Amino acid sequence: MNHAQSDWTVDFLKQLNTTGCEVEQIDIASTALWQIESNHWQQFAELALQQDLRWVAGWAEHIQDRFFINACFEKQGVYVLLRTIVNAAKLDLPSQATVYPAASRSERHTQDMFGINFIGHPDNRRWTRHKAWPKHSYPLHKDFPVQGTPEPITLPDMDYPFIKAHGAGVYEIPVGPVHAGIIEPGHFRFQAVGELILNLEERLGYVHKGIEKIAEGRTPESLARLAGRVSGDATIGHCWAACMAMEQAAGIEIPPRAALIRGILAERERVANHLGDMGAICNDVAFMFAQMQFTRLRELWLRTNAKVFNHRLLMDRIIPGGVVCDLSDSSCALIKQDIVQLRKELSDILPAVDLNSSLEDRLYTAGYLPPETAAAFGTLGYVGRASGQDKDVRRDAPYPPYDQVIFKVPVETQGDVASRFWMRYKEIKVALKLIEQFIAHLASGDILAEWQTPPTGSESLGMVEGWRGEIVTYIRFGADNKIARFYPRDPSILNWPALERLVLDNIVPDFPVCNKSLNGSYSGNDL
Amino acid sequence: MLRLFKKILTTGIVTESFKTPKDDELEQLGIEIKRHLDKEFSGSIAIREVDAGSCNACELEIHALNNPFYDIERFGIHFVASPRHADVLLVTGPVSRHMQTALLRTYEATPNPKWVVAVGDCAACGGEFGVSYASCGAVSNVIPVDVAIPGCPPTPLALMKGLLGLMKG
Repeated sequence: MNHAQSDWTVDFLKQLNTTGCEVEQIDIASTALWQIESNHWQQFAELALQQDLRWVAGWAEHIQDRFFINACFEKQGVYVLLRTIVNAAKLDLPSQATVYPAASRSERHTQDMFGINFIGHPDNRRWTRHKAWPKHSYPLHKDFPVQGTPEPITLPDMDYPFIKAHGAGVYEIPVGPVHAGIIEPGHFRFQAVGELILNLEERLGYVHKGIEKIAEGRTPESLARLAGRVSGDATIGHCWAACMAMEQAAGIEIPPRAALIRGILAERERVANHLGDMGAICNDVAFMFAQMQFTRLRELWLRTNAKVFNHRLLMDRIIPGGVVCDLSDSSCALIKQDIVQLRKELSDILPAVDLNSSLEDRLYTAGYLPPETAAAFGTLGYVGRASGQDKDVRRDAPYPPYDQVIFKVPVETQGDVASRFWMRYKEIKVALKLIEQFIAHLASGDILAEWQTPPTGSESLGMVEGWRGEIVTYIRFGADNKIARFYPRDPSILNWPALERLVLDNIVPDFPVCNKSLNGSYSGNDL
Repeated sequence: MLRLFKKILTTGIVTESFKTPKDDELEQLGIEIKRHLDKEFSGSIAIREVDAGSCNACELEIHALNNPFYDIERFGIHFVASPRHADVLLVTGPVSRHMQTALLRTYEATPNPKWVVAVGDCAACGGEFGVSYASCGAVSNVIPVDVAIPGCPPTPLALMKGLLGLMKG
């Protein structure tokens, strides 16, 4: 962190002081931790918004008879962890969602899982809870048993109060949770007139698997495995963020070679997913040429993963302290040769795609997300960067090995499906260069640092740029090397609400391509 | 358009085929699957994929079955959009409690005779998630399962072997 960057925290602390919002500064492993009184919770958000701070994540924790409520903010690559403590006797807290729309679903999740009452929340309907546990029962309370008390058959969530629309010619289309394609489950409720979408409401939570609860009491290795399955397509991203947080809490530095290999893994994951998505976007407008070509390239890429790293999707390649598999010289040569080949193939395919007028007709101007809306919802990754959000953890808060390389972060303001398609292509090009640089930097050395048990209560935040965007993971250790709290914030949590906006005034048949252009994770959202 | 046709022509056919095998295992599997399909399923089966709580990794590999390398449709196996058109349900994930009724209804909507394949470690035995307040664990805890294909996630080849296992009964 350089001096210029940290300036805003100094000024902001002064401003908070003058407005009567007292901040107690606590040092934790990675990030500044500011603790405030609960009655200043909303006021803090108002001041933060004035200072252009970005709302990053929110979560809570049950410790004895108190609840720690956390929110994370960021500006210029500097993250601040904000905390307040409320007593179990009175679980009230002023809502920050009134100030930051991005905080809305997160607060609803905390409300469902902890029973915190966010006063003044603009939409306090339940979110993660369907019918698997009763209303006044909260799974993340320490006295809630991990097995719960489920009914033999969990009833469907029939009485969720969806937003209604009335009027001549207005009709509703319910979609899901079981979709027509090979995709994850979720429910979408459209209000339409003719083909035009008047409103879309997402109802997620169908793949809620209790990840936060079953993380409690795990060892670091076991948690890394679980983190790698928060969202299977982003296994490297989540596993890395969790391991980073655990390593910081334990005071471990990973060997430089391990960091470089993690970088290669992360960029390979980015390329594989972007290739898949680019094909799928074209498939959703029935342009099969591109779908076949991109799935072919993705398959080749995954086969190299299997050869070099012994797993097509790279699961469990990152472990606490480093990585599992080393890279031989011949593997490096294979990876480099693959990159040359992929560049050549893409330079054939992309002009053919670019020149196709029917594709142009479907992708351009469809699903437009204005930069202001993207900013208000804290939209991340390629979705944000296609709508002017110049954010990338790899550059803004560089972590090894990204601190050793120079690279560009592509940003556009076009904000439509086409922009999100081409953003992926630009990101592939950057990722390929990064892999080459990481290979060039590889020097012989260890790939695993020795683990040491972190002190009881130590906590940390891990931040990485996953392929969908910024992943923020919070870890607190309990006694004996066991996890007390794990909260992974997938970028999808912030990107899903943007979908509700960008489909407005589009036609219903364009919903699949709009959805694919965003490609949020259901599993990463529902936890 | 010329560029497009040129790319199609120069790419050629990458599908790992019967006659000019690039991958012996795939060829062998394909022939065997086709033989059983012809004999017992009148030439084809229709699959409805149901994600009942997976992390999406299994879906990615099921998708890969349709890429031009595996092109599973040439063996008479195709994916359909409705359970009402399906012979086989391919179920992934531990069954989340929030998906339990949806899975039961999908199963009921599938006409008899029907088969259920549990795909991936989570579907086979609960995997990393097991049984909890939010998860029913293995698919067999919710609906009858004919074949389980383990793996986290199973590779496309493992998926094809599993489907063959189903046909051999």
